[in-house]
Amino acid sequence: MISQFFVLSQRGDHIVFRDYRGEVPKGSAEIFFRKVKFWNEDEAEEAPPVFNIDGVNYIHVKVAGLYFVVTTMVNISPSLLLELLQRIARVTKDYLGVLNEDSLRKNFILVYELLDEVIDFGYPQTTSTEALKSYIFNEPIMVDAGRMPPLGPAAMFMQGSKRMPGTAVTKSVVANEPGGKKREEIFVDIIEKISVTFSSSGYILTSEIDGTIQMKSYLSGNPEIRLALNEDLGIGRSGSSTHDYRSSSGGGSVVLDDCNFHESVQLDSFDIDRTLHLIPPDGEFPVMNYRMTQEFKPPFRVTALIEEAGPSRAEVLLKIRADFSANVTANTITVQMPVPSYTMRASFELEAGAVGQTTDFKEGSRRLEWNLKKIVGGSEHTLRAKLTFSQESHGNLTKEAGPVNMNFTIPMYNASKLQVRYLQISKKSKTYNPYRWVRYVTQANSYVARL
Amino acid sequence: MAPTAPSPAKSASPSQPSGKSEVSDLKQQLRQLAGSRAPDADDQRRDVFKRVISCMTAGIDVSAAFGEMVLCSATSDVVLKKMCYLYVGVHARAHPDLALLTINFLQRDCRDQDPTIRGLALRSLCSLRVPNLVEYLVAPLTTGLKDPSAYVRMVASVGAAKLYHISTTTCLDADLPAALKALMLSDSDAQVVANCLHSLLEIWTLEAANSEAAAREIETLYSKPVVFYLLNRIKEFSEWAQCHVLELASKFLPSDNNEIFDIMNLLEDRLQHANGAVVLATIKVFLHLTMSMTDVHQQVYERIKAPLLTLVGAGSPEQSYSVLCHLHLLVMRAPMLFSSDYKSFYCQFSDPSYVKKLKLEMLTAIANESNTYEIVTELCEYAGNVDVPIARESIRAVGKIALQQYDVNAIVDRLLQFLEMDKDYVTAETLVLVKDLLRKYPQWSHDCIAVVGNISSQNIQEPKGKAALIWMLGEYSQDMHDAPYILESLVDNWDEEQSPEVRLHLLTAVMKCFFKRPPETQKALGATLAAGLADTHQDVHDRALFYYRLLQHDPAVAERVVNPPKQAVSVFADTQSSEIKDRIFDEFNSLSVVYQKPSYMFTDKEHRGTFEYSEDLTNLTVGVEAPETVISAQRYQENDNDLLLSTSDKEDNVTRASNGSSTSTYNAPPDLTGPSSLLSSQTPTETALINPGGPTYSAQTNFSLDDLLGLGVPDTPAPPSPPALTLNSKPVLDPGTFQKKWGQLALSLSQECSLSPQGAASLMNPQSLIRHMQSNYIQCIASGGQPPNYKFFFYGQKDGATAFYLVECIVNTASAKAQLKIKADDGTTAQSFSTLFQSALSKFGLS
Repeated sequence: MISQFFVLSQRGDHIVFRDYRGEVPKGSAEIFFRKVKFWNEDEAEEAPPVFNIDGVNYIHVKVAGLYFVVTTMVNISPSLLLELLQRIARVTKDYLGVLNEDSLRKNFILVYELLDEVIDFGYPQTTSTEALKSYIFNEPIMVDAGRMPPLGPAAMFMQGSKRMPGTAVTKSVVANEPGGKKREEIFVDIIEKISVTFSSSGYILTSEIDGTIQMKSYLSGNPEIRLALNEDLGIGRSGSSTHDYRSSSGGGSVVLDDCNFHESVQLDSFDIDRTLHLIPPDGEFPVMNYRMTQEFKPPFRVTALIEEAGPSRAEVLLKIRADFSANVTANTITVQMPVPSYTMRASFELEAGAVGQTTDFKEGSRRLEWNLKKIVGGSEHTLRAKLTFSQESHGNLTKEAGPVNMNFTIPMYNASKLQVRYLQISKKSKTYNPYRWVRYVTQANSYVARL
Repeated sequence: MAPTAPSPAKSASPSQPSGKSEVSDLKQQLRQLAGSRAPDADDQRRDVFKRVISCMTAGIDVSAAFGEMVLCSATSDVVLKKMCYLYVGVHARAHPDLALLTINFLQRDCRDQDPTIRGLALRSLCSLRVPNLVEYLVAPLTTGLKDPSAYVRMVASVGAAKLYHISTTTCLDADLPAALKALMLSDSDAQVVANCLHSLLEIWTLEAANSEAAAREIETLYSKPVVFYLLNRIKEFSEWAQCHVLELASKFLPSDNNEIFDIMNLLEDRLQHANGAVVLATIKVFLHLTMSMTDVHQQVYERIKAPLLTLVGAGSPEQSYSVLCHLHLLVMRAPMLFSSDYKSFYCQFSDPSYVKKLKLEMLTAIANESNTYEIVTELCEYAGNVDVPIARESIRAVGKIALQQYDVNAIVDRLLQFLEMDKDYVTAETLVLVKDLLRKYPQWSHDCIAVVGNISSQNIQEPKGKAALIWMLGEYSQDMHDAPYILESLVDNWDEEQSPEVRLHLLTAVMKCFFKRPPETQKALGATLAAGLADTHQDVHDRALFYYRLLQHDPAVAERVVNPPKQAVSVFADTQSSEIKDRIFDEFNSLSVVYQKPSYMFTDKEHRGTFEYSEDLTNLTVGVEAPETVISAQRYQENDNDLLLSTSDKEDNVTRASNGSSTSTYNAPPDLTGPSSLLSSQTPTETALINPGGPTYSAQTNFSLDDLLGLGVPDTPAPPSPPALTLNSKPVLDPGTFQKKWGQLALSLSQECSLSPQGAASLMNPQSLIRHMQSNYIQCIASGGQPPNYKFFFYGQKDGATAFYLVECIVNTASAKAQLKIKADDGTTAQSFSTLFQSALSKFGLS
């Protein structure tokens, strides 16, 4: 039983506020905001998503820099509330095209309409974008997506790659196109977040892929869709042989540890031919989530060295090698390396002919930062830095610095080799041929090299 | 809330507006628009309404415009209608008389052609929350429940619960619960069914406090026909309603194993759902259904492992947080389960700190012989982390692993290496850990002291770390060459020491050092006591005075007090009791798991009625020897609800103090225990006669005194139990004490046993079994249930002793099985009591 739902801006302004049961004392939004803002000031920690103040339970998620919050007085499932909050954010995005403070403020009446239908007297009703359509009477007011910072995993397609129609991902499910006619199209995105930790000697300590097949459909008339994955896709590893699948880089079969599916997915023939059948609902939704710990070839090799160079000086060498094919380009790469706390200055030396690279020494957080606009597959880049210390180092520099962390996005690349073999839309007529977009992208979740 | 910018008068995109003048301006405009028939009047109204709602959202009081809003509400524009309904819903309470004005058009809309309008109007009508308008609600609700549109029925079924909250009697008089129940069991729309279930549970749970009929109705919701009916339709429900149905199913008591397997097979594919809430709700069903089948229960653990790990990675960080909390709970019950998946809990760079902290807890919990080396290595990497809070937590995690571990040797080395890192917070955290480690493993003192001795106390700023160092200096002063001199220099700087905690430790450390190395410390001791006596802090002053007088009285006594031989600590007091863990497990998939507290600790009394325990206990009656007396009629309601839920004891120190505290409650004269003594049909004089336990009392008292001094460790050598247990023929335990004990004691035994077929057949009501057990000297304190399931709480007392045995016994007459949970003051004899109890139970119906 949810008592209240509200959305707060980063400054604590109420953007929407709905009380469903009138049982929580006044001022809950302010109490919440104060608690979250000053959770643990000394330690600069983030507030956990669930906490209790004076008998009121506050559950929140952060989406697009906004706090989506529910309060409840009863002992209810936190997972349900957290999922619901994410879902409300997603449904709102489906309707507004873009989800951010500006779009919410412009469309808050529409959001109230949604909230009226999504929750009644604290009980979740429907969160299906499609089912909600018949109860939403406001037209969304569009905001200019171009100026907005990209949000959500799909937004990454907007940068760099020319093949993508930039507006598609920010299109509302209810708004009409300028031409009046809706474009028939469907997007299938294979989004993989990868986590790799390299030891100081370059050996891979841990590696994991958390992947999602995300779908966004703008097809009219709800046709059935068949989505075929790798035929030899394996699921679930037999307990004992945890570390026996070491040949994946040689093109062996893909073995997922586990996966789960959206409600609409029919798995009748999945065990036979690895094909998913579904009638996609409107809006954006994950068709399948999967997890893989089978060893894979990491897209980048990172080498980091720090060496003493005199009594209060040190030299840092960072090297990145892109281990993927030359027709793939990674973009928005950031490499960060914490340096000893007594570092005063850093001077950088980029490789000769470096383009689109910037460096910075963040004094506050004692961190070197190296940004690269793009990295073409097969290339190698190096950065040298000279550090000046305010005192003599204690001798063990590697314990004072690092680990190196890397952030990147690689469109049209997937580390797991999971593939959509084909995407079939059951035909309504011979001329019916909607646009189909199958897109792959790999993102760094935690890409760490230790010193 | 501070407005961002003053909005222009007719902005199409109202941002946060401001102030009182705004409200009166809005009123003005609304008045002008009220009668307007201009072609763009609706558009203008929309703009003004938007601004009103925007003010309302920002927290500005716009209730003054109520009359004007209502005047403008007669419109056919749905967007306007909705805004108006929203406004009226929020402010009607404050303006009950004006709210009456809206009734008219809401009622009219309830009869509209368009089902959307009907639903909308009905929902708003029920949301007014104005008590004197309830008479207008009943008719539209009753028709709404029969509406041809599922949308309207959906709204009406929730509306019934809303009405119940405004006026209980109106809702019940209109017989709405019966209508809801009929609808729940027949409607074709799954959301209508789900809403009926929500409303019924809410209404009957609240009603159950006053009405037995309602309590029985709740029972029927958990009965096989209803649960199976809902489960068979599970895929029709929205994912949120599925969660609710699964929650209901998790409390279902199956009558045989086939039912359990049927349910599990039916729900198997729910474990692959992308919605984490559905997966967790399903897991709860699986875990609770298989509680009594150890091997299947184990299989369930294996089965749910992969889906849970996927949820950790797939969802938002917030969702991983919630799932990790549940994983942590599971790991506490089955530590081996995830021991080979430890890498899944390594911290990732992008994890927020609340996820990292939980992962550290997970790593601590799953560390065992096979993975400790890897886990500790990983944790050591975090210790040098730039993220200081996580670095601290990591060091603590290493320490905890050391305290629970087998291969302490390697870990001690790692800890000592931390001290060489020369970061002040690392050193401070490590010192605290080394101290705790030494309290548990004194044999390591030699290695640790060598390293600790090299640390300069000047380099430690944090009071906790400094206090730990000083404690070690005092405790191991015989092994540390410089100890007296280091302490002396610390005493010299007494005035600069900010923290009273450090000064207290310093006092004690110097005392200890004095007894071990008197000549070297004598000077320092004098200075310390002088400084302590002059201290402004009360505790420091008092302790200094105490030591001073003690020394004056007799140094030998002082030594015994300050420097007694110490036993190694085996379990630190902050470890949570298993009883609490069990309760949290019962509340799987709820906030309890996140807070690591049972729900009664964080929900207020007012709302407690709606929770899990009360549901299956509301139907219990207090068992009495003479059911025909007044007592049986007068149900001990308060106690029913509170049974197992006692808040009186925080239970933090249960593990250590259970012996002591329970003995003291025995001694309370029965006539002091309040209303409960009225219920136990024995008079105080009888009680006195029955219990010839004088000598044992005094023994118990001594025992608890020992415990107070920390000498009697919980597992005091129990006298070898006699081969056969005999029970006190007339034990006395009042319900209050029972309840308290049940909350305090750990579970000794959990077993399943069978009844004879005759016994199962003759169990028509609880009384028959109660009488039978009484003849075996086992008394009943509370009982309840409906065929085929009965629940009893029994107790027995060892003859000639004060130790009690408490039993929760759930009997299913259909399967002739009983599930026993036994708790005992004296755990060593629990098994023989169980044997005795089971033999008594098996004879039921045979005589």
